[in-house]
Order: sequence, then structure tokens, then C-alpha cells
Amino acid sequence: MCHQVTGRGGAKRSIRLSGSRVFPHPLPDLVHTTPEGLACPLGNFHVDPWRPVDLAVITHAHADHARAGSRAYLTTPEGAPLLRRRVQNGAVIETLAYGERRRIGAVTVSLHPAGHVLGSAQVRIEHASGTWVVAGDYKTAPDPTCAGIEPVACDVFVTESTFGLPVFGWPRESELIAEILAWWEGNRAAGRTSLLCAYPLGKAQRLLAGIGGRALGPIAVHGAVHKLNEAYAEAGVALPEAEYASPEVTKRIRGEGLVIAPPSAHGTPWVRKFGEVSTGFASGWMRLRGTRRRRNFDRGFVVSDHADWDGLLQTIAAAGAERVLVTHGYVEPLVRYLNEESGIRAEALATGFEGEGGAEATGPEEEALA
Amino acid sequence: MKGFAELYRRLDSTRRTNARLEALRDHFRAVDPADGAWALHYLLGRRGRRVVGSRQMRAWVAKHGGQPEWLVDECYDAVGDLAETVALLAPGRGDEGEAHGLSLAEVIEERVLALRDLDDAAREELVVATWRRFDLLERLLYVKLITGGFRVGVSRGLVARALAELAGTDQATMAHRLAGRWEPEPAAFVRLMAGDAAGDDPLRPYPFFLASPVPESVSDLGAARDFVAEWKWDGIRVQAVRRGEGHLLWSRGEDVIDAAFPEISAAIAELPPGTVLDGELLAWRDGAPLPFHSLQRRLQRKSVGAKLRQDVPVRMIAYDLLEFGGQDWRERPLEQRQARLREVLEALGRPEVAVAEVVDAERWEALAELRAESRARGVEGLMLKRRGSPYRAGRTRGDWWKWKVEPFTVDAVLVYAQRGHGRRASLYTDYTFAVHGDDGELVPVAKAYSGLSDAEIRKVDAFVRRNITERFGPVRAVTPELVFELAFEGIQPSPRHKAGLALRFPRMARWRHDKTVAEADSLASLRELLAREAGAR
Repeated sequence: MCHQVTGRGGAKRSIRLSGSRVFPHPLPDLVHTTPEGLACPLGNFHVDPWRPVDLAVITHAHADHARAGSRAYLTTPEGAPLLRRRVQNGAVIETLAYGERRRIGAVTVSLHPAGHVLGSAQVRIEHASGTWVVAGDYKTAPDPTCAGIEPVACDVFVTESTFGLPVFGWPRESELIAEILAWWEGNRAAGRTSLLCAYPLGKAQRLLAGIGGRALGPIAVHGAVHKLNEAYAEAGVALPEAEYASPEVTKRIRGEGLVIAPPSAHGTPWVRKFGEVSTGFASGWMRLRGTRRRRNFDRGFVVSDHADWDGLLQTIAAAGAERVLVTHGYVEPLVRYLNEESGIRAEALATGFEGEGGAEATGPEEEALA
Repeated sequence: MKGFAELYRRLDSTRRTNARLEALRDHFRAVDPADGAWALHYLLGRRGRRVVGSRQMRAWVAKHGGQPEWLVDECYDAVGDLAETVALLAPGRGDEGEAHGLSLAEVIEERVLALRDLDDAAREELVVATWRRFDLLERLLYVKLITGGFRVGVSRGLVARALAELAGTDQATMAHRLAGRWEPEPAAFVRLMAGDAAGDDPLRPYPFFLASPVPESVSDLGAARDFVAEWKWDGIRVQAVRRGEGHLLWSRGEDVIDAAFPEISAAIAELPPGTVLDGELLAWRDGAPLPFHSLQRRLQRKSVGAKLRQDVPVRMIAYDLLEFGGQDWRERPLEQRQARLREVLEALGRPEVAVAEVVDAERWEALAELRAESRARGVEGLMLKRRGSPYRAGRTRGDWWKWKVEPFTVDAVLVYAQRGHGRRASLYTDYTFAVHGDDGELVPVAKAYSGLSDAEIRKVDAFVRRNITERFGPVRAVTPELVFELAFEGIQPSPRHKAGLALRFPRMARWRHDKTVAEADSLASLRELLAREAGAR
């Protein structure tokens, strides 16, 4: 019996050890974890490194994926303005349009939409020994503020697993927006301001765009959201009017308006300016009653910029990889499920990413952006 | 069912009293009496019986939700609540499916209680068919109903307040009515909601008045001479109701417990009609109380044999008179009630019902000295009752205070952690603590869940996640590193535990960042304490 493992590049990687037993050749992985981050030695770059490096290829501008200090960065043109807010002015940011190929060292790199937030990308790395895709964070649900995910075929797929359990399933966007509007309507009728907490990069804009022309009254945003709205505007993303919550605006919208703020604003004196408020939290974790109640928000809205369980399985299947490496989230269950139920060879890959703030997000991300 | 789910959602989503009150009023204002009776039954925490076990439930959801059982367990581990896990994984109607139109009473009678009479296959079929007709929240409630785990975080007082407003009575009257015996039937609900006293249970108890712990310093309460002091007994709180031809012994959980304590029941039968006593039930021998674990042998019994009655004799120590001559005495001053109580019990002349002795002292210092004798006397400390005060309802602060003796403490090491439930689901909040055994190994001695702040819980949770060494089902063994001071109220022998002893009411008093594992206490020192405590009795 002879197993042959054939990469998409066509190179046959097998070695005869003894008798008829054949094992895969121990070729070095194209990407592996180092103290700096996910390294690609053949290209001499890192993907979303957590320590300073020479060249950082960035999947998206969330704090746990885009850290300051590297000499040069490569990201999408859409993601560049967001990344610029995250890194020092001196750093070089180069851009690579979706689908464009660039030779870096011994590999060819291209970026493909991941559907996570504006400018988010899956990093495809091609080499004679095989093609790898580091997906970063991704989602399959439609999002009017960013390009939708495109499946990218590969030999090895590196996936996140933030919501890698079948209890995580997201309602449809239309239901979500209807729920938010109904909540707002009820608050307005009771003379309460609606304070909706959401991550200021991506989630806030997605909710604004979802509400679009159906706003029931004035919308104001926290400073952290306001800055990022400007970056979205620069990139040409249409958002409904949402004023910065200055003292005058605050006074005007009190009791009837919708305010979008980072989760860390919840429970701070800043909230008191709005008089009586009803608080909502938009997060995938709101799918679970325990996290909903622990955070002490009046309402939880289930919406995430990460894929739900079905979205993960669907994306992994579409990649068609013979090997899947699972990072941050519910790593063990997803690895076991892929191996035992899907017949896909999967293993864990340790990284320093955090997913959707972890179950107990305290909001370092918004602090970094505020 | 839809209305009940909506009520649950509203109660679950806010802690504002007014919003919760409004949710209760909205629900009960127009509710069908059959549904109202069941809703009330569950809101008041009257437990349903477990019809389907959790193991079976997991197997069904795995099979019909199309997931391997190990993944169901992983999900349970992350969610922390079995009913919620099942609801999330079970095949369901989804949010766009057709509404089912089943009422709460129909669901309970035809899909919960009816399960009892079915064989396993028929049960499975009915449960799965019901899942398919329900949305997510309804499935959650349904699973809780059939596994007997239904609870709503709403106080009896709030329910009574909402219903009183709808019925046009006052809250105290409604609380009193709800405390009586009633079955979850439409007629009972109509009676409860009646504006007049037509449906009152003739043998209903009064709402218990509960004491609050004394604040930081007892002298903050005012002068010692403004209070009557009594020993705080470590038994179960009871009310003895004697009216008309009948009599009942009620526990604070509003269960009738005559069957477990026939000798007390026989004694109160001889009280004059129209008498209600409040007091403590204790295991008692030779003029002194037996430890609480003796009393536990008699609780929950449907009948009590001669041997058990002999092994664990019991006594009621009465300390208040709530009704006399058919009149409500609760508004009368404390001393007047106590004086009449003494006369009533003297006339009764039954040793099984004794009057609580007053602890005489004029000054806090003298009381403090007496309180220090509590352990030797087998009591928990002192009760302080304001002179001239009425008998109030519920946990109203100001007139009754419990001044408990300082707890015991032990420094123990965190060795196992498990995720919590409800608000704490998905965080590691339930801990097992160990002390040093005779051969240097760590021996678990207590489980504790309370006492840490939310911030501390998050820190311990983060530690647990980083330091898991082994997994046993939902339990995680962690590197022994964190030391906590546990406070506890008592210690008793327990052959069921490896340590051979069990702590009563253990909780985390503080996180001893300053102590290393080597500095934690030993099992030998706890054994000494146990011996000392046994000797003190």
C-alpha cells in the first residue's frame, strides 16, 4: 500500500521509509508559530505578528491582529487607513489589492476578501510545496460595509474558531435590524435613550449601515466610533448620518435617540449624560444567556463579525484543504469535529489572537482606538 | 406558552424593579386562569418534578440535533446550563416557523405531566415533536420544565405586590394568600385573585419575618436596652398554625412538614383554636440541641419510625405569637406577644413545644460576652429584637437582627474548578478546596461558590483556564497554587468524604495572595477542631 500526498502545486511529497510504509515528507510548514507570530520563513514575513518584525502582512486592523512597531506593513488599500490609525506614523504601509499577486522571497502572496470588517483579507501564500491560506478572522454573513468572503482553494487552511461550537448560530441580518428597531421604538415611547454598545471598528458601522434609512430618530456616536466612521467614509462606505455625541447633540437626542458606543463605555459616567437609558450589547456572545446576564445589559443582540458554526464548516469545506490548522477560540472541539466527523485532517495552532474579545471582553481594543 | 415566554424574557432581561413589576402586571392582567395558576406555581418556586433525566436529554439532543454526544458535552461545558444547551442544539421551529398556539396549561398538562405515563420511545417522540414546534426561548423553558429545573429570579414579595395591585388587595394579604395551600388549577387562581377573602386557605401561615445580619458594629443599632435578646438556634424555622378543627406545621419554604415531625404536630393540635406560633424546630436531647446534621435525618421524611424518633428527638422552640383567639396579633408590641406566648405554652404544658428564653443583659459588652459562649451552647449567636416592634413580613430591616458568632476559618488550596450556572455560566466559579493530608497530599475538604467579587472571579477564571491539568467531565483539576481563606459555620464528621469531615456553609472569605500552598492548613488541624467542637457539646 502506498499513500501519496499531492499538493496543489503538483509536487509529490512522499518518502519511502521501510518496506511498503510511506509517510509524508517532513517538509517545513510554510507558516508556523514563532515568538513573534505566524512566520513565513520562505517569504521572510509574518502574518499579524504580535511582536515587531520587518514585514507584517495584516489580515485586518483589529488590535489583536494589527500591532504597532513593525518596520513595514502590507495590507489591502481598504484596510490601510484603519491600519494607519493603529501603527506609528513612521511605519511603511504598502497595499495589495484583493486578488493581486506579489512575489515576496520564495513565495507568492495574494489577499482575498474575508468578510470580517472593511479591508479584511485572507492571506494566500503559494509555493511549489503547496498553497496555504491564513484566513485571519472571517464571516460568511453579508455585510454592507465590506467585501464578502471569497472561498480560496488551498492545501492548508488556517482558520479561526472564535465561535467553534454548534450552539453559536446567528440570526439573519433582517431579523437583527428589526429587533434593534423594535427595541429603539419601545425606548423612545418610554422616553429613554437607546445606548447600543458594539465594537467601534466594523460592528458599529455594520449596524449603522443596516439601520440605513430606517432610523427612528437622531443617531449619535461615541468618539471612538466617530473616528472610525471617518475612516470608513474615506474608503467610500455609505453610512447614515451619525453625529459625534457632543454636549449639544447629547442634549438634543436625550430620551429619543440611538447612541452607538464601545462596550467599555457601559457603566461609566459618560452614559449618564443621556438621562434614562436602555442599554443593548451587540455581540456573538449574546447568543448565550449567561454572558448576556453577566454583562448587565438590558438587551443582547446576537451579531458577530466572526463566522458561526455553520459558517466555519462551510468555509473550511469550500477551501478544500487536505489539512486544517485551527487557531484562537474553541480550538479543541473544532479540531476533533473536523477529524472525526468531517474526515478532514486538523490540528491546533497556538497563536496570540483573541477572537471576539473573549467571553469577558473588557475592551482594550476600544481603548486603543479612543 | 407565548405569553409565559414573554414574561420570562422580560423578567430575565432587566433588574429594574419597576420594569419587572410591570412585566408581572402585564402578564397576569389578562391571563387565562389555567395558565395563570401554572405561571404562579413556577414563579413562586414551587418545584416541578423531574420527568426526564439529563443523560437522556443529552442523548436525545445529540440524536435529533445531529451532533456527536461529546460535542453536546463540550457545548454544555461552554454554555453552563443544560436546558439552554439543549434548546440551542435541538431541532426547532426557527424564528420564522409557524406559531403553535399552545397555552402554558396545555404544554404542562399534555406535554410535561403527560410524559410520566409514557414509555421511553413515546416520551422521546413527544419531546422532540414539541421542540420542533417551539422557538428558542420556548424550547429553553420546556426543557427546564421537564427536567424539573425551572426557576425564575423573582422574589415572592414582588409577585405578591403585582398580584395585589391587580386583585385590589394589599401586598400583605396577597403574600399571606400565596403562602397557603393551593393547587395550580384555574379555580385556585380565581380565588387567589379575588378581591375578598373568599378563597383564603383556613390554615395558611403568615409570611415569615426575617432578620438581617447586624451591620459592622452592633452599637450602630442603638442602645442594647432597646432590644430583647434571644439565642439564635441552628434548626429550621417553622410556623405552627392551629385554627378551627385543624392544625398544620409549616416550614419557611412553605411546605407542610407534619409528617416528618408527628410529636410536634400532636402537641400543636392541643393549642386553642385561633393560635399561630413562630419558632425554630431543633433536634433536642437532655436539655440541649443536637447538631444540625441530626435534624437532617428527619427532614424530607414522609413518615418517621419509632427508632428514628428515639434517635433524634425534636423540639419546637417558640419565640413569637402571631395570632391568638383568632385575632391577628402581629401589630401588637413584641413584649405583649411574648408575654401571651408564655401563658399559652404554660397552659399547653407539652415539653415538645417550649418557649424561647430571653437572654438578659443591659449592655452590648455583656451581650458580647454571652455571644462568645454560643458555640459551647450549640447556638449560632444571638437574635436582637427591638422592643415594642410589630411582627413584620419578609426581610424588612430595622427591628430584627441576627448577631452570629464569628465563623471558623481555614486556609485552603484551590484544586478543582467547574463552570457556574445562570449568570455565571461559562466562567469557572465553582471551586473545590483542599488542605494538606497526613502524607503531604492535598485532600479536598470543601466546595465554595460565593464570597469573591466579580473582578476576583474573572482573575480566578483566567488562572483556571491557563492551569488545567486534568479533566473529569465538567470538572477541571488545576495546578495547586492559589490559597483562599474559607469561612464556615461548623464542622461535622462525614464518612462520605475522603477527608472524613465536612464543613458547614463554606464560602471564600478572602484570597490569600500572601500565602503559598505550603502555608495552607492541614487536615490534622481540622480534625482537632472537629474533636474540640464535639467535646464542647
